[in-house]
Amino acid sequence: MRTLLVWLAGGGLFAGSLQTALANGWNMPVGVTELSGDIYSLHMIIFWICVAIGVVVFGVMFYSLFRYRHSKGAKAANFHEHTLVEVVWTAIPLLILIGMAVPATATLKKMYDASDADLDVMVTGQQWRWRYEYLGEDVAMTSNLATPRTQIRGEEPIDESANYLLEVDEPLVLPVGQKVRFLFTSDDVIHSWWVPDLAIKQDTVPGFINENWVRIEEPGIYRGQCAELCGVDHAFMPIVVHAMEEEEFETWLADRREAAEQEAMGIDREWEMDELMTRGEEVYNAVCVSCHQQDGSGNEPAFPALAGNQEMLDDRDWHIDTVVNGVSGAAMPAFSNTLNPVEIAAVITYERNAWGNDSGDTVQPSEIAELLSD
Amino acid sequence: MAPKVPPQPTLEQSTTAAAGHGHAHEAPPKGLMRWLLTTNHKEIGTLYLIFSLTMFFVGGIFAMVVRAELFQPGLQLVQPEFFNQMTTMHGLIMVFAAVMPAFTGLANWMIPLQIGAPDMALPRLNNFSFWLLPVAFTLLLSTLFMPGGAPNFGWTFYAPLSTTYGPPSTTFFILSLHIAGISSILGAINIIATILNMRAPGMRMMDMPLFVWTWLITAFLLIAVMPVLAGVITMMLMDINFGTSFFDAAGGGDPVLFQHLFWFFGHPEVYIMILPAFGIVSAIIPTFARKRLFGYASMVYATAAIAILSFLVWAHHMFVVGLPLVAELFFMYCTMLIAVPTGVKVFNWITTLFRGSISFEPPMLFALAFVVLFTIGGFSGLMLAIAPADFQYHDTYFVVAHFHYVLVPGAVFAIMAGVYYWLPKWTGHYPNERLAQWHFWLSVIGVNLTFFPMHFSGLAGMPRRIPDYALQFADFNLVASLGAFMFGASQLLFVAVVVLCVRGGRKAPGRAWEHAEDLEWSVPSPAPLHTFDTPPKFERSSH
Amino acid sequence: MTTPQSSDDPRKGVRRTVWRSVAALLGMFAFAFALVPLYDVFCEVTGLNGKTNNSAQAVMHDGVDETRLVTVQFITRSGSGLNWGLDVETRQLRVHPGQPTEVSFTFDNHGDGESWGRAVPSVSPSKASLHLRKISCFCFQEQRLGAGERREIPLVFQLSRDLPDDVNTVTLVYTLYPVEDRDAPQQASAQSLEGEQS
Repeated sequence: MRTLLVWLAGGGLFAGSLQTALANGWNMPVGVTELSGDIYSLHMIIFWICVAIGVVVFGVMFYSLFRYRHSKGAKAANFHEHTLVEVVWTAIPLLILIGMAVPATATLKKMYDASDADLDVMVTGQQWRWRYEYLGEDVAMTSNLATPRTQIRGEEPIDESANYLLEVDEPLVLPVGQKVRFLFTSDDVIHSWWVPDLAIKQDTVPGFINENWVRIEEPGIYRGQCAELCGVDHAFMPIVVHAMEEEEFETWLADRREAAEQEAMGIDREWEMDELMTRGEEVYNAVCVSCHQQDGSGNEPAFPALAGNQEMLDDRDWHIDTVVNGVSGAAMPAFSNTLNPVEIAAVITYERNAWGNDSGDTVQPSEIAELLSD
Repeated sequence: MAPKVPPQPTLEQSTTAAAGHGHAHEAPPKGLMRWLLTTNHKEIGTLYLIFSLTMFFVGGIFAMVVRAELFQPGLQLVQPEFFNQMTTMHGLIMVFAAVMPAFTGLANWMIPLQIGAPDMALPRLNNFSFWLLPVAFTLLLSTLFMPGGAPNFGWTFYAPLSTTYGPPSTTFFILSLHIAGISSILGAINIIATILNMRAPGMRMMDMPLFVWTWLITAFLLIAVMPVLAGVITMMLMDINFGTSFFDAAGGGDPVLFQHLFWFFGHPEVYIMILPAFGIVSAIIPTFARKRLFGYASMVYATAAIAILSFLVWAHHMFVVGLPLVAELFFMYCTMLIAVPTGVKVFNWITTLFRGSISFEPPMLFALAFVVLFTIGGFSGLMLAIAPADFQYHDTYFVVAHFHYVLVPGAVFAIMAGVYYWLPKWTGHYPNERLAQWHFWLSVIGVNLTFFPMHFSGLAGMPRRIPDYALQFADFNLVASLGAFMFGASQLLFVAVVVLCVRGGRKAPGRAWEHAEDLEWSVPSPAPLHTFDTPPKFERSSH
Repeated sequence: MTTPQSSDDPRKGVRRTVWRSVAALLGMFAFAFALVPLYDVFCEVTGLNGKTNNSAQAVMHDGVDETRLVTVQFITRSGSGLNWGLDVETRQLRVHPGQPTEVSFTFDNHGDGESWGRAVPSVSPSKASLHLRKISCFCFQEQRLGAGERREIPLVFQLSRDLPDDVNTVTLVYTLYPVEDRDAPQQASAQSLEGEQS
């Protein structure tokens, strides 16, 4: 009996150290929504039930191993069946499971109620970036990894203050206190949009639409990552959500709308080569670099080289068509979904004149706009 | 290429040292041809085990590459493309070329011995199903050298990443999986035919050792789900090469359908890799506790219950693909139910230990570690079954920790326990106890150092299948990598123990373990090439 | 193999077992393929995965529920490889359950050649997809557009009156995909999107 107590105490000690570990951030975040809190409690309840069962079961096991050692002359008993005991240890787990299922069912039902949302955001996964559209607001943006590739490849030291691999150029901005409904889809393969603090993880399936929702309770910046293997740069498509007060959000939204209008006005005018090259380099380094590489060398066979690509330089229309409409059945997406005419024109101009490519021609935003409208 | 390597001659000679003499059988061909053409269940079993061990190291090297890259943040050793190929190949090789053939090898060796049959029911088919395996996996490994590289879409090969966006080698991957699948199916037919028809006179189904029982149920699972896998990969093949659209939304198909079909195969597959392990542990624990297995009948029923439930839980791998609420609830409840028969098994093993007379030989050490660590894997499985919480766990390192706990200290430890348990029967020598103990303790420590921190990194937000990670996960990954190197290196000890045991060592009598009761212990050690040519008289020990 | 070991010939039993196993195998292989259409039927019956009915449905004449207004959103997306645009006259509507509504979609071929495309629908929340009745829809058929052609095609739909009470917003997404090989677009496919447009 004393040994049993010793083992139980050992188990308790183990549980205690687990508790310490979990309390020190080695655990699921409580998060900043009501549901994330519910999920966290559910997780902890079930965790402690498992620990309790473990302490009892392993306690009995180690007690037996210690107490009934052959080397200490233990004589084996001769029982090998006991119907009552067997029925009891089938029934008790069943009851425990029912106890677990009740709160789990309640939480799940809450998660599935996306009705009466204040704001709809469409999230589109794309190899390897996220696109966000505020439905009905005429605001949309693309969110790319901001960590420089040179840090990832070890060519310069990792900046420890810059949220390595968890920083983007354009965070998703959301209002606090409002019910935001997300619609998820994908342009290519299945991705999964996951932000632990919001307790949302939802697959984005090409051709299909999923939904989930969130009501953030605290302003702040929340980070996550793609959670479904989606190809080479699966590790490099983070998610950053910037939650702000409603008024601040409305101001932000208005500013974005205005900026989009400004950009739209730029479509009609004639752009200089230099302007296009500068803008094009920005776009290229945010969007194209992950496949076609910084020096345009590509990554055969999936991602063709752009530097010195004669086919591309000879056939300007084909080049434009490929960027605008993508290539069906290949990794090249249709950028008309993602980029505006200015950005498309600039990046094509850049590709035709960078890394020793010398077509000398420019592609004007107006051409692209015309292509997309007629 | 590893699988082309012919079996080691030293192993050949001694495992079958007592072969042939005094038998009226034709003289077997010598050398390589003998191994190519053998129809003897013991020799084929040995071939399976050597193949599986080789592949365990090949898959292990892939795992070491993965862990080395994850040793610290940033990309140091390999590029993401190659990293993805490594995780994919590690998974495929370990599942289809290491764990499954190891169990088939043990089945080949032990099932005829345990039921008192002279051989498997279909010896030539047996030879054929083994030799399909080296073909299949040479093909799979050769994709590493193809343009575009090996499969890089994870061992679950979700469409459309594996179809529209897959590398050119995908077609070869499909072909190799087809061949491996045919091998498993033929093996399963053979095992069912043997168990149902070739038992010693007087041995009823409920007299069979649990290893035989669990394998019978496993074989039924294989027959039920391997054709589904074949169907899925055939559909992939057609999508890739013949323009169909089973899984392509553009043509009216559905990528989620792929996942339903894959997991309809995939979940029973998980049990295919663990049920025979239950059988092995159920043989070892009573032997070294010197006490009959508690609840034999309930063990059989629990195994059958797990097998049946395994067909009703597949979508718990898909809680975040956007299933409707009712489906989430149904699959959550069914998954939770599996805890009941699994619990019964654990309770039975522990009650067998209770008031026994326990000694700690190497097979027993591995079996006990199995019970503890598999149960920990079971607990995390139960947590994963809770659908709302799974929205946080899904596709993180928590899942990686979970399935490695059930597969490494689960399935792999059980296989090692089985090898240590039956080595005296195969070779006539006891394995070196001191070395085996070192192997055990280093493995247990290594396995926990590797996989326990993964629970925490997963909970803290690290997704699986990433070659590089944010800085807050660095400590967990450092520990996991060190543990993995330790675990990997300590498996060399296992090879040393096996080779030494084949070569020599303390002589083992027929009944190598004093309390071992099944029929295999009634033949001499090492077991002669031909056993039970005259069926033994089976005496019921009041099961 | 050695001689039979008991009076009733095990080889006969083995043969029987093998044939039964092979039959089971073939059955399961066929079952895997049968799961494809079964899954479609299952999706249509339960609305799983936001799949909608692929053929036209008749208008239900059981009155309009004037007391309830449901928001219907339309989203159009273009997939890669097709130089088309798809637009809808209105992004959002409020309708009463039971009320047939017509919305006009515009297909636009920006390219300078004839091409085939198809708009693949998906509905969210998925439980609403059962209650979205499409009386006439371009999504049942592949479209052919000549160079620079623009075509307006109406969608006529109706939300059935038994739409669950907690559904206040229904989102209908159309994604444009190219039809690569028009000569044999469906023959080898598991699913048929062909249907009668009424």
